[in-house]
Amino acid sequence: MGRYVVRRLLQMIPVFVGSTMLIFLMVNVMGDPVAGLCGERGCDPATAAQLKREFGLDKPIWQQYATYMGNVFTGDFGTAFNGQKVTELMASAFPVTVRLTVVAILFEIVIGIALGVVTGLRRGRPVDTGVLLGTLVVISVPTFVTGLLLQLLLGVEWSWIRPSVSPDAAFGELLVPGLVLASVSLAYVTRLTRTSIAENKRSDYVRTAIAKGLPRRRVVVRHLLRNSLIPVVTFIGTDIGALMGGAIVTERIFNIHGVGYQLYQGILRQNTQTVVGFVTVLVLVFLVANLLVDLLYAVLDPRIRYA
Amino acid sequence: MRGFTHAGGRTAGAVCAIAAGLLAAGCGGGSGYGGAGVLTSSWGDPQNPLEPANTNEVQGGKVLDMVFRGLKKYDPRTGKAENMLAERIDTPDSRNFTITLKNGWKFSNGEPVTARSFVDAWNYGASLRNNQKNAYFFGYIEGYDKVHPDSGPQTADTLSGLRVTGPRTFTVRLSQKFSSFPDTLGYAAFAPLPRAFFTDHAAWLSKPVGNGPYEIESYTKGSAMALKKWDAYPGPDRARNVGVTLLVYTDSNTAYTDVLAGNLDLVDDVPATQLKNVRTDLNGRYINTPAGILQTLAFPYYDPRWNTDGARKVRTGLSMAINREQITRTIFRRTRTPATDWTSPVLGTAGGYKAGLCGHACAYDPVGARKLIEEGGGIPGGRLTITYNADTGSHRQWVDAVCHSINNALGNDRACVGNPIGTFADFRNQLGQHKKTGPFRAGWQMDYPLIQDFLQPLYYTGASSNDGKWSNKEFDRRVDQANAETDQARAVALFQQAEEVVRDNMAAIPLWYQNGSAGYSARLSHVALDPFSVPVYNEIKVG
Repeated sequence: MGRYVVRRLLQMIPVFVGSTMLIFLMVNVMGDPVAGLCGERGCDPATAAQLKREFGLDKPIWQQYATYMGNVFTGDFGTAFNGQKVTELMASAFPVTVRLTVVAILFEIVIGIALGVVTGLRRGRPVDTGVLLGTLVVISVPTFVTGLLLQLLLGVEWSWIRPSVSPDAAFGELLVPGLVLASVSLAYVTRLTRTSIAENKRSDYVRTAIAKGLPRRRVVVRHLLRNSLIPVVTFIGTDIGALMGGAIVTERIFNIHGVGYQLYQGILRQNTQTVVGFVTVLVLVFLVANLLVDLLYAVLDPRIRYA
Repeated sequence: MRGFTHAGGRTAGAVCAIAAGLLAAGCGGGSGYGGAGVLTSSWGDPQNPLEPANTNEVQGGKVLDMVFRGLKKYDPRTGKAENMLAERIDTPDSRNFTITLKNGWKFSNGEPVTARSFVDAWNYGASLRNNQKNAYFFGYIEGYDKVHPDSGPQTADTLSGLRVTGPRTFTVRLSQKFSSFPDTLGYAAFAPLPRAFFTDHAAWLSKPVGNGPYEIESYTKGSAMALKKWDAYPGPDRARNVGVTLLVYTDSNTAYTDVLAGNLDLVDDVPATQLKNVRTDLNGRYINTPAGILQTLAFPYYDPRWNTDGARKVRTGLSMAINREQITRTIFRRTRTPATDWTSPVLGTAGGYKAGLCGHACAYDPVGARKLIEEGGGIPGGRLTITYNADTGSHRQWVDAVCHSINNALGNDRACVGNPIGTFADFRNQLGQHKKTGPFRAGWQMDYPLIQDFLQPLYYTGASSNDGKWSNKEFDRRVDQANAETDQARAVALFQQAEEVVRDNMAAIPLWYQNGSAGYSARLSHVALDPFSVPVYNEIKVG
């Protein structure tokens, strides 16, 4: 197990370097970012040259990348065009998005798995059909439609929530955006759990457990659910990264100033430092989440052993 | 916090309690936005650090307008430059100016505003070392070429044309005659700066201190700025509300929804998609007033095919092929007005706006258009591509509509196509490389309400925003004459003559004048937009 973790950690290094380099090249290929800084009129050449020097944009791209990576390892992610340190932007954006992701994941786990268990145990009954239909609707309707609709109904028509989230973005305010963000994944979690439960319900160990006379609750939670969760955990694990990076739409609708907002802003202003910095951290989140998922397998299913 | 008393607010506490151990993050539940007498307003994240000479977009300018007062101020209704801190600006020859300040002005930290506050600020703004994006505003002042050379290192730290002659007087010497110079001094780049700006720059940037009717109470970069009325403000335009809280919105649709739900008081950018319902939604609390913004199509004169006598006819023909009336009505719902000259109605007739100066060249005439284009030898290259940035505004819609209009006139549905560019930065980048073969979008928002500002930066040979590199000796000569003319009315007339040169050559096709639009909650009254389409915050009454 220990060796496995070390190997996985070492594998992260080329993935990390490769992905950051790709992002770096992609943002730089878009051209000179200083050009957009001075509004409709271009910067005067002297100021533009000075700005380029300051941001290190006058050097060849491989040198820019090398300097950048060197700085990243000392914890310096550079400066955004508005003079703010990228680390400062991260410090303000990541907690917000992490809270939003936590809310979304909790929704997925609590509602998704509960619905999945209920429908999996009652296959073919009206509950099952109803939930299946519901998830189908959720999957087929794009997030921005759900988001705008909920915002309009709950925020404007019924005044239950504020249509936008305040800069503090407390947990309570993130409930609705979190639900919107989670909605599609939630439907998948429900369906995955349902299938898995239905499949394992007829397996030998469940029949044995029932025959032993174990209480139904114990059979479902310890024997049936634990073994059925492996595909669900895989899905939720990879979803963490997807939710954090893909929150752009939800964050925009509810005016949440998180990672999605900073990335959007960074791309619009062609701010290499911001975009590469945030993507770098997101890549790390993906890698760590994947590692955790693999480790969780062993916990859930003792048969899985790693060399 | 207003609007935070319903269900969402109550659950917040409970969830925060549960989550307290999970994340040590802000669970205050939103503190101190809005409140009695304080209005909340939508805002965009300023692109550059908030320094007067470094702010060149509306969002940062909005703040500077609240926390700074300069020598002059543009009247929010008429756009006329009026003395603010300046007691007198005297000149014998339109080249040497003596500026006398009024007594009793202070910065909100108590420091008096002196001649030095201005001279130091201007020297800072002009110096190449400080990377100020508005440095070119000081370009008329003598010694600018030493402080801010086009290439190479700067050879002086201060402008030789500026001299402090007393605690409240200083002199300015320009490198050429420029009679409208005093009227440009209302622009934010010319604001005075307190000593704190120079001694502790980082601290000043995190919480700018100025001499305007508001002072900054708190500033959370990227999300909110709370401004409160400065009680000791000595100026005549004191704030009529207790404070203004600017909240950053990523999407103007969300801000608009917040106004509908009563969580936001003022949105100064009503999204195009909402224009259809805005009047009924807001029950008349909607304003749509002209702003000093003109959209044009500019041409690449560095491409010799566009720089011929025939191409001149083609450009005029293209202008006649565009159905401005229909596009402004259907796409912009009358928030834009078909342009008939190259300035803006906000200047007023005395300021140089002349309705109909463009004449028949700006009137929709598909038959005449086709004839002219054929006479001129057809569109250079056989096909017109209009370059624009697709990330902001609704440029895609109108460029498609313009092309459609041109295609209809020419009876060829492949004559004109749009050429979208992903981001504004890349759009500017491509224009800067001077490799375009067709026209491109050129929006112009005035810096100050002067006819000079609509002509010289755009069409003068080698001017800062002459992206198409248009050059015409006759035009340049008339602009020089106008700048040297001391009499206001005669100067304006000379600028109009220069504008006629632009018209006769159709240097750029004027499309439409843009309006500012804003919507507000029932709590507010006396809401108005100034000619720069910025709300006149200090005049708004709350409750």
